Amino acid sequence: MVNYIWFFLIIIGIIYSFLTGNLDVINDSILTNGTKALELILSILPIIVLWTGIMRIAEDSGLLKKFANLVEPFLKILFPDIPKGNKALGFIASNIAANMLGLGSAATPFGLKAMQELQNINEKKDTASRPMITFLVLNTAGVTIVPTTVLALRLAHGSTNPSEIIMPGVIATFCSSLAGLLLDYFIRKKGK
Amino acid sequence: MNILSKIVIPLFIIIVVFYGFKKKVNIYDSFLEGAKEGLIITFNIFPSIIAMVFAINIFLDSNFINAFLTFFQKIFHFINIPMEIMPMALLRPISGTASLAIMNDIFIKYGPDSYLGRLASVLQGCTDTTVYVLALYFSSIGIKKTRYALGVGLFADLVGITVAFLITSLLF
Repeated sequence: MVNYIWFFLIIIGIIYSFLTGNLDVINDSILTNGTKALELILSILPIIVLWTGIMRIAEDSGLLKKFANLVEPFLKILFPDIPKGNKALGFIASNIAANMLGLGSAATPFGLKAMQELQNINEKKDTASRPMITFLVLNTAGVTIVPTTVLALRLAHGSTNPSEIIMPGVIATFCSSLAGLLLDYFIRKKGK
Repeated sequence: MNILSKIVIPLFIIIVVFYGFKKKVNIYDSFLEGAKEGLIITFNIFPSIIAMVFAINIFLDSNFINAFLTFFQKIFHFINIPMEIMPMALLRPISGTASLAIMNDIFIKYGPDSYLGRLASVLQGCTDTTVYVLALYFSSIGIKKTRYALGVGLFADLVGITVAFLITSLLF
């Protein structure tokens, strides 16, 4: 699927700029693209390294396991295929919690670790497992309660009440997560 | 709410470090082990980040989105959706930076407390960059067949964006 998206983004972008005679723009874009990607990597690299380090302490001390056991009753409903007491549950819960609080940068390393743990219990290594997809739906529907970047930007632009968008945001995010999870649930049921 | 999100990270680190110390884990060595693993993870996602940034930027820079939207202008006008917000709604699933930049433009032009400003804020907060996250997470562990993941993810985004429109019109 990512295959198709990649294809269409590039083909549409290049052909459209041919048609509109924007060759300079597209040349610029292609040549400066690599720098942008490198900047992105450099900005997330320290965060990922820091958080995987911190999380390793939590793993080694058994804290992560404790946390996983704590959230297991809730997550069990969404992830019936994950074995009891698996570390993936701890990482999934940490990722969701970080997302909720708008700590997107901390959420990514937890998410990547969760995917790794899910891959360990995956039977077909090149194919997405059911818990992986449920996790990604939950993750991308973005259960954000405190959208930190948006709040900061609203404040910077002189909003009289920056946080007034929190409630509507929570409702919208709740609806999208619920819709995603329901669709995921029905597809899983049908596939069985 | 803002204070809460500022306390969380330091508090979390204190708890982890303290608990590890109490359980007589060699916390420094553990950290180094984990950090090394973090480097490998970053190394593994590097190619997919380059690939995604490359494709997304070609697409954005070609300005196709604007031409595409002009084509549908009448329909959006008919169902009462302000045209200015549409590029943001369309780009939200593929690029967080692009949609953030559009939100910033809207704030400058109309102000954060205008209808458009609020709508943009709700939109930015209510979904994530689905396409990018899927590409990143799946490629980090070498998954090639993503099955129905993208379909469900984009469906959830569509519902979120629709609700954001409805609720902003209702509340403000």
